[in-house]
Amino acid sequence: MAKLSVNRKQYDVDADPNTPLLWVIRDDCGLTGTKFGCGVAQCGACTVHVGGEARRSCVTPFKAAVGKEVTTIEGISPDSTHALQKAWIEADVPQCGYCQSGQIMSAAILLKENSKPTDADIDAAMSGIICRCGTYNRIRDAIKKAAIAGGAK
Amino acid sequence: MNFDYPFGSAGSVEAEEEPQNTQNTQTRKEEIDRRSFLKATILASGALFVTSGFPMRSRAEDKLGIAENPAAEFRPNAFIKIALDGKVTITVGQAEMGQGVLTSLPMIVADELEVDWKNVSYEHAPPGKEYNNPAFGAQITGGSASIKGLFDPLRKSAAGVREMLVAAAAQAWGVPAGECRARNGEVFHPTSRRTVKYGMLLDAAAKITPPAEPKLKDPKDFRYIGKSVKRLDSPEKVNGTGVFGIDVKVPGLLTATIARSPVIGGKVATVDDTAAKAVKGVRGVYKLDSGVAVVADNYWAATKGRKALKITWDEGKMAGVTSASLLASDVAAAKSAKGIEAKKTGDVAAGKAKAAKTIEAVYFTPYLAHATMEPMNATADVRADGAEVWSGIQAQQVVQGMVAKELGLTPEKVKVNNTLLGGGFGRRLGDYVIDAVRLSKLSGKPVKVVWTREDDMDHDYFRPSAYNVMSAGIDAAGKPVFWQHRLVTPSIMASLGPGLFGFAQPPDRLDDSATEGAHNLPYDTENLFVDWVRTEHGVPVGFWRSVGSSHTAFSTECFLDEVAHAAGKDPYEYRMSLLAKHPRHAGALKLAAEKAGWGKGLAKGMGRGIAVHESFGSYVAEVAEVSVDKDGHVKVHRVVIACDCGQVVNPDTVVAQMEGGMVYGLTAVLYGEINIENGGVKQRNFYDYKMLRMNEMPKVEVYIVPSTEKHGGVGEPGTPPIAPAVVNAIFAATGKRIRSLPVRPEELRG
Amino acid sequence: MRFSKTNNLKLAVIGIAVFALAGFAWTGGLAPRVDNTLVGTLGDSGLDREAVSIAAFNETAKVFFSARCANCHPAGDTPTQGDEMTPHTQGVTRGKDGRGVYGMKCTTCHQNENLDGPHLPPGTTKDWHMPPAPHKMPFQGLTAGQLCRNFKDPKQNGGFKTAKEAMEHVHKRDALVMWAWEPGNGRSVPPMSFEQFDAKVKEWVDNGAACPE
Repeated sequence: MAKLSVNRKQYDVDADPNTPLLWVIRDDCGLTGTKFGCGVAQCGACTVHVGGEARRSCVTPFKAAVGKEVTTIEGISPDSTHALQKAWIEADVPQCGYCQSGQIMSAAILLKENSKPTDADIDAAMSGIICRCGTYNRIRDAIKKAAIAGGAK
Repeated sequence: MNFDYPFGSAGSVEAEEEPQNTQNTQTRKEEIDRRSFLKATILASGALFVTSGFPMRSRAEDKLGIAENPAAEFRPNAFIKIALDGKVTITVGQAEMGQGVLTSLPMIVADELEVDWKNVSYEHAPPGKEYNNPAFGAQITGGSASIKGLFDPLRKSAAGVREMLVAAAAQAWGVPAGECRARNGEVFHPTSRRTVKYGMLLDAAAKITPPAEPKLKDPKDFRYIGKSVKRLDSPEKVNGTGVFGIDVKVPGLLTATIARSPVIGGKVATVDDTAAKAVKGVRGVYKLDSGVAVVADNYWAATKGRKALKITWDEGKMAGVTSASLLASDVAAAKSAKGIEAKKTGDVAAGKAKAAKTIEAVYFTPYLAHATMEPMNATADVRADGAEVWSGIQAQQVVQGMVAKELGLTPEKVKVNNTLLGGGFGRRLGDYVIDAVRLSKLSGKPVKVVWTREDDMDHDYFRPSAYNVMSAGIDAAGKPVFWQHRLVTPSIMASLGPGLFGFAQPPDRLDDSATEGAHNLPYDTENLFVDWVRTEHGVPVGFWRSVGSSHTAFSTECFLDEVAHAAGKDPYEYRMSLLAKHPRHAGALKLAAEKAGWGKGLAKGMGRGIAVHESFGSYVAEVAEVSVDKDGHVKVHRVVIACDCGQVVNPDTVVAQMEGGMVYGLTAVLYGEINIENGGVKQRNFYDYKMLRMNEMPKVEVYIVPSTEKHGGVGEPGTPPIAPAVVNAIFAATGKRIRSLPVRPEELRG
Repeated sequence: MRFSKTNNLKLAVIGIAVFALAGFAWTGGLAPRVDNTLVGTLGDSGLDREAVSIAAFNETAKVFFSARCANCHPAGDTPTQGDEMTPHTQGVTRGKDGRGVYGMKCTTCHQNENLDGPHLPPGTTKDWHMPPAPHKMPFQGLTAGQLCRNFKDPKQNGGFKTAKEAMEHVHKRDALVMWAWEPGNGRSVPPMSFEQFDAKVKEWVDNGAACPE
């Protein structure tokens, strides 16, 4: 049994320490906003924050997150009011929506570290997250909108 | 209404935009709460109507009234539910897989029903005949047909409800219904300046007989239809609350993963599950037709159990089959087999006699996987008295029928709960539900079957490969005098029909999906012959975004480019000269060419290509600007899309679908290839079945041709033209003609 | 619970085995250790130290240029991957500190252990990273001579004044270096053992860190 802090809530998790964090978040914590896409860190749908850094939770052993704060899409804002969430809605980004948790979690780290990202910065930050619906240009626009609106908050 | 705008600059509608009923509140202050309105109704029947009204009753008092008379909602038909607070829920029978039906279908209802957009929400419909899409006569989401099939039925149904609400208010007020108007969730009687909210009319409206032929709004009065309305489903898709099939939670749920044969169609010969059963959390191991299932407390335990299985496979008849052997069989069949005629105009032999120049080419497109971001999954709970399933499904009724048949139940005993689909693209017809049903029955517990990415990649119903033998002749002036096209490709209906639709494709009959886009070539030529050789590769095939057009646009539009080149003509001008009888193709082409600056100079090393293709009733032209580096890598810099999809419900959805459809096609042009090795699929995950990423995304502009024509589809038609546009642009940039996809850098190197 | 202990133990065992096979005697002294199998017999008999040094460097270069080492020492700012050394997928870039950028840092995917399974991101006990932007230390696209001179140039090598200092992290069995010899999951290893490589590096340094043309 290990303690895992997700979105500032403590969970007692009885899982093999090598279980990918993704499945602990989804199956043990019951937080299903973080998605399974590939299992090998190729698509980014599972991106969460561990200790303030983006992590592909499908390849992150659960033990690596113990003792650190884990943030998922459910915890990025209490009421869907993160600048990125608002910008995503404003730009009508989502289509099927499946990848968007990973996109937003990845974009949040970008804006935290760079409040005025250029196109090149956005490419460098976001090319790890696949969107099969092809919403990339809207993601780009939404990140810029969110940056103007105040970025990381 | 002007639809001719670049991405994002269209006028859009905000819910707050409707000031009509909030202004002038002092002059027409007649807020009647529901209880008071009922009272007024009674009074009105005695010819005495209380006109002074009941200004601003407290909400608490309203609730008391409701408690006395608890008709909480008005559900006049399968699509519409109106609550006391005036909130309207639209029940959407089509599956939401990104194409925006959870917004566009409610828009149609909200417009005819005259409700404020901010009071509109949606719910997923159960399976039911009432949710059939008339385009198919079944509840199927596909063929880009949601708006096409449901625009008229939804309008009519909403207009009928609007008339019932108006009639209820008019009766209560004792005025002719013709004097009342519905607006913004209220009925308004202008003469007496009285209004009543829909929520107050629920009981009264329920007593009105639904009109057989309600009067539809004049399209000039549309408030939402034709304007860009924000998607209703964005909030749940940006905060993690949206429920996809993989997210379904049911008490006592177990999770299963299934080890499937690496060879297509292979069956389990022997299985040693000792080690698998010893894995903590594994509850059972079951042999199924599809493979060996490990059922466990959670996904990871199931996965560990699966890895511990020792299975030998009876590989069956696909053993040893490779992409090369399949291609060899196609080449042989193209030469010797008798084709099934798909289209014949004039006489190709006569055309050949007239040709000053003949052009011949072979085009090939490979198998492709759908690769939806959400791998296939389904949850089932089979009980003694019935079954319940949860999944993202494009064909709910088909699934209901399949499950009922599997369990020997009547369909009504099978409850199907549709969820959001993490991508559909033609993949999610429901085959994956049966394993969950079987495992729930075997284990006696609710079971969710989750496919790994590798399962999903290797056990798809693939886009068929297509081998095309093409020839055309031109006269001295460059005009085509014949066009001959033979397609060698498997039948989708032969693969999917028996399992999903109870229909077997007759061997001598055309499967339209094999030649669509080729047999309806729009270009003027008096002598046209298109035929189809049906191959049997043994690879499961299915509907892949834009189906036949996903490959026929490539073969026909690239070959036409070759013909234009042989004729010494500009590819755009040449197309225009042959489209006199097809003004919608020409219109889209012209708009795309203009917006792209066709004919204007480009930087050195760049090339521009153009293509136009009709599919699903929409006409889409795309212009691509590309460069090719010394290593042969293609970069697509800019894509201009012009589409004529008839009348438009939500222009921004059209834009989004054109962008997304194009990206889906572009990914296939640059990377898409499913290869067969020893009877199985070689590709396994996104490292060898690559997807377009942010850093490869071109600039995209979408322009909509203003149109009053019937609704065309938008989910698929953006996909077909990008392959030929890019490949034609590569030719313009390098002089090298690509005839086999995906584009391989080694062919373009140096 | 850490994987690293087992890993190191395994590595030590493997190391010993390799030593035994190669017929080394680890003296630990300053005298150049010689791998008979690679260079032939060398005595102290007046053979040109520079030639010995250059020959030793040319041997080490085979390791530096191998996929396991060179993938993270690319010519540009995007690492390569796999034995084919293709550009790293997902548009990965170096970043100022060599640890990637934003949500695309090396450790976004690469863990502090080597994950078991094909196509999973490799990792080791130390955070996965590239050389930082101020001294990129490219291996790819260079000749052995260029690489050798870069190793000795404080501007290139990260401020180390001598080749000996620059090579310390090799001798110290830096976890990222050692990973190359136990990359797992079917990845190729450099063309000589770590001990042979380490000895060659030392031989190069001890004989004057001379560079090939």
